[in-house]
Parts: sequence; structure tokens; C-alpha cells
Amino acid sequence: MSEPILKVEDVHAFIGKHHILQGVTFDAKADAVTVLIGRNGAGKSTVIRTVMGLIPSSKGKIVYKGSEIHKKKPYEIARMGIGFVPENMGIFAGLTVEENMRVAMLVEDEATTQRLERALDMFADLRKFWKGKAGNLSGGQKQMLAIARAIVNDTALLLIDEPSKGLAPIIVDAVIEAINQIKDHSVVVLVEQNFYMASSVGDYFYIMDDGMVVLSGVMEALVRDEELKSKYLGISKSGD
Amino acid sequence: MEETIFKRWSRELTIAGAIVLFLLPLIGIPGKTYITLTIAGLAMGMLLFLVASGVSIIFGLMDVLNFAHGALFAWGAYVGFTVFGYLMKWVEADSVLQNFAAFSLAIVAAMVVVALVGIVLERVIVRRVYGSHLFQILITFGATIVLVELIRVFWGPNDEVMTVPLTFSRNWDIMDVIINRYRVICIVVGLVVYGVIQLILKKTKLGMIVRAGVEDRDMVQAMGHNIFLLFTGVFAAGAALAALGGLAMSIFSLQVYPDMGGSFLLFAFIVVIIGGLGSITGSLVGALIVGLTYNYVAYLVPWAAAGANIMIMIIILLIRPTGLFSVGK
Repeated sequence: MSEPILKVEDVHAFIGKHHILQGVTFDAKADAVTVLIGRNGAGKSTVIRTVMGLIPSSKGKIVYKGSEIHKKKPYEIARMGIGFVPENMGIFAGLTVEENMRVAMLVEDEATTQRLERALDMFADLRKFWKGKAGNLSGGQKQMLAIARAIVNDTALLLIDEPSKGLAPIIVDAVIEAINQIKDHSVVVLVEQNFYMASSVGDYFYIMDDGMVVLSGVMEALVRDEELKSKYLGISKSGD
Repeated sequence: MEETIFKRWSRELTIAGAIVLFLLPLIGIPGKTYITLTIAGLAMGMLLFLVASGVSIIFGLMDVLNFAHGALFAWGAYVGFTVFGYLMKWVEADSVLQNFAAFSLAIVAAMVVVALVGIVLERVIVRRVYGSHLFQILITFGATIVLVELIRVFWGPNDEVMTVPLTFSRNWDIMDVIINRYRVICIVVGLVVYGVIQLILKKTKLGMIVRAGVEDRDMVQAMGHNIFLLFTGVFAAGAALAALGGLAMSIFSLQVYPDMGGSFLLFAFIVVIIGGLGSITGSLVGALIVGLTYNYVAYLVPWAAAGANIMIMIIILLIRPTGLFSVGK
């Protein structure tokens, strides 16, 4: 079994006075996609925002590639090779697609140019609207831009928050395909409510509830276990 | 449906309204006087733009209400006043070259000194109150008191007469229309500053990061950019613009005094509200509207000059609450 690239140990976090994360523990293994699933308000997005340093952890430890990162600033964490795609996609609407990509590029060298080309091959629409305002893109195109920005650097770990949210099924399939390509180059931690997407890309799962991980395991096992799916995710046998 | 169309075209409608307002005074003002007032209004507008652009970008990117901007404006005027004192021979010389050399050196000194003051202010005071507008207002208001008192300590409490470089004070007479040279210089300086800011914001990577930061600070950080360093740089740049505005305005009004920043800060906020926070083009358009309105109304109905701008601000807020060119957030 491969060593985890990211270890989150007993992490607590507050948003205002609300104790959102109440001792979250999980890890992301190398060469795999780890999915955090759970109902709305379970704290999934807060977990990856805390890993990214955007929400301070009040207790616990976050270790990335052997280094503790929970006291680092978001820009320091990003520079260590962690990419982030937020739930709202974080697109700079007033900037062009090209400018969005350039802001994301920490260095503009040969290797980055190659990664940019790879991202543009993956998401052909971005090339088409290269000089257009990012705010004019469709929801799916914005998601593609958000993911492309996150993989244009030498990203060892990619945190993606609900990429299927608000997208048409055909676009969700395109995002699934993209994540399946990305996992050849980066470890992916995915927050997802859409079980179809989670099970299509995930290798390992962590089910969260009330700011804690309540169940974890191999995704294949969860896919087969109707009782667990029904109990924790409210998914019946007839469909999701 | 009607509301949607109105919303969609609100900016264009407002600009069209501004153009109508711009031409309306022709009814009550003779042609030659109108040209003279227009140039004075454009010059005043450009000076306000220098101050307002700093306020706008500091608020737009950093979400900081900097009430100390007026004091930085006054510091710029006083540093320029000191440089003029050292270079009095150049200032009083009947030589365009020497006058421009003195003016340029005063601008550089004012911008550098006040940028450094801005860096200290941001690092020591403002950084502690990010995210809290109430504390920002209180603490930058406190900083204003300190900075103004420091002016009294270093330069004295009295009003001083600002010397105008000799050739700047002369007029051009073009077909019986009297045009003051310094007003034209102010317009040119304003346009150059606008061009340079736009060039930096649109064509450089640093500018792109700043524009991105205005829209979403967290995301810029999550992309590996040190937003705090960026904040310091933007605050320093805003302070330098305030200094340039202060120096230029003190030559325009022929005086420097410790409290001079307060009244201009009010105008700067009106400009920023009209133009939209975070937008440099908005600051330029807002400043020109305010400058022109002030001059036209001051000629027609002197007692209503300041009130007219506040009225325009209220109308624009009703039509487009985020200002003419608001960005992000």
C-alpha cells in the first residue's frame, strides 16, 4: 500500500463561533483519488479549506509530504505543490481566460508551458475562448478553467470541492474524464455529494457527518454495500 | 423585463446622462467662459483622480477604508513644498526646463517619502484591522491625527504659500480664451498616471494578480501569491498617488496647511462612490464628473457647488448602487 501524501489528524476548526470540524482524521494516499462524501453541512468543504490554510485549524495536525502545514499561510501551502479548486470555482470573472491562467502560473518556464498545453488539450473550450472574459463562460467551462488553473503548476496534490455542482450530466462526465486523466499526474482529494461522480473517480472514501469522519474504506466496497449507502448517504438501491 | 433592460443599460444610461450634464451648462454660460471652466474642471478632476484612485484600489483590493489617505495627501504637499524650498532658484527661474526639473524632483520625493510612510502605516497599523471596517475607520482616523500633528511638528502649524514654478503660472491666450498652463499640466499628469496604472494593471502579471485580488483574495492566495506583500505594495502605491495628488493640488490652490487633506478626502470618497470601488476607470470618470460639476455649478450657483456633487452621487447610487464601473465582490 502506498504512503499517504497528506495526513489530517484530529483537526478542529471554527467558522466564527461555530465549531465546524470536530476532530477530522483522514489521509490521502499517493496515486489515488480520495473522496470526502456526506450530506450538506457535514464539514467537507471546511476540511479542504482548512488544509489549504484558508480556515485556521484550532487543534490537530495537517502533514503534507512529511511537513506540518497547518500553521502555514495559504500561499505557502500552494507553493508546496497543492492545487485548489473551490466550490464556487473562484474564477476571476473580469479577467480573460488567458489572464486567469497566467495568474495561476507561479513560474512561466518550459515545464509550465507544457502543462498548460496539456490542460488546454484536456479542455479544448478554453483554447477557443482564450481571449474572452472568464465571466462569460458557461458553468462547465468555468469548472474546466478552475481545474486547468489548479494543474498548470507542478501540483502534487489537488483539492477539488464539488466539481459536479450545478453542472449538466454530460459536463459531469467530461469532468470525470478530466479527473481520471489528472490522477496520473497528481494525487486528488475530492469533496463530492454526487455519488455517481464520487464512485466514478474515487479509490478511497471518507464519509463525514457533523464535522467528523464516521466511516472510511475502499470505494469499491461502498459501491457494493447498499445498506451503508442508504444509512449514510440516503441512496436507495433504485438510484441516487 | 423593463427592469432587466434598465439594469443592463444602467451604466450606458448614466454615462449618457453625464454627457448631457456636461453640455447642459452651455445654456447658461458663455462659450469662452465654458471652455475656461471646462479646462479648470478637467484639471480639478484629474487632481481628484490622483487621490481617489489610491482610495479606490486600496478599498477594492484590501477592503480597507483608509481615512488616513487625506493625511498622506497633505504629507505629499509638504514634502513637495520642502523640495521647492531647496530648489527655489529653479522654481523661480524663467526656464521651462528648470521649472520641470524642480517639479519632477518634488514629485519623486513626495511619492517616495509618502510611499514609505504608507508602508509603515500598513505594516504597523492597518494590518491589524483587516476585515473590520469599524476598526479601520477608527484606527486610520487616529493615524490621520498623528500624521497631521507630525506635519505641525516638522513644518509648523501655519498655512504656507506654495510657490508655483514661474512658467507654470502663465496663461495661453487662444482666440481670447485664457488657458492656465498649470491646469493643462495637471490634465496631462492625470492622463499619464491613468495610462501608466492601466498599463500596469492590464499588461503586467503583477497587475493581473492585483485585479484578480480585487475579485477574490482567498483564491489569489490559494494560487501561491503572497497577498500580504501585495497589500503592502498596493497601499504604498495608493499613498504615493495621494502624495502626487497633494503636491499637484497644493500648487493648484497655492497653499499648504496641515489639515488640507480632510476636504479633499471627502471629494475623493464621492468620486470613488460614483466611479465604483476598485475601478481605476471609474475613478477617472467619477473625478471628471465631480471636477466639472463643481466648476460649472460654482460659476452658475456658487453656494450649491459642493451640494451638486453630493446630489449626483445620490442619483448614481439610486440608479447603480455599486457605482458606474464597480468590479468584483
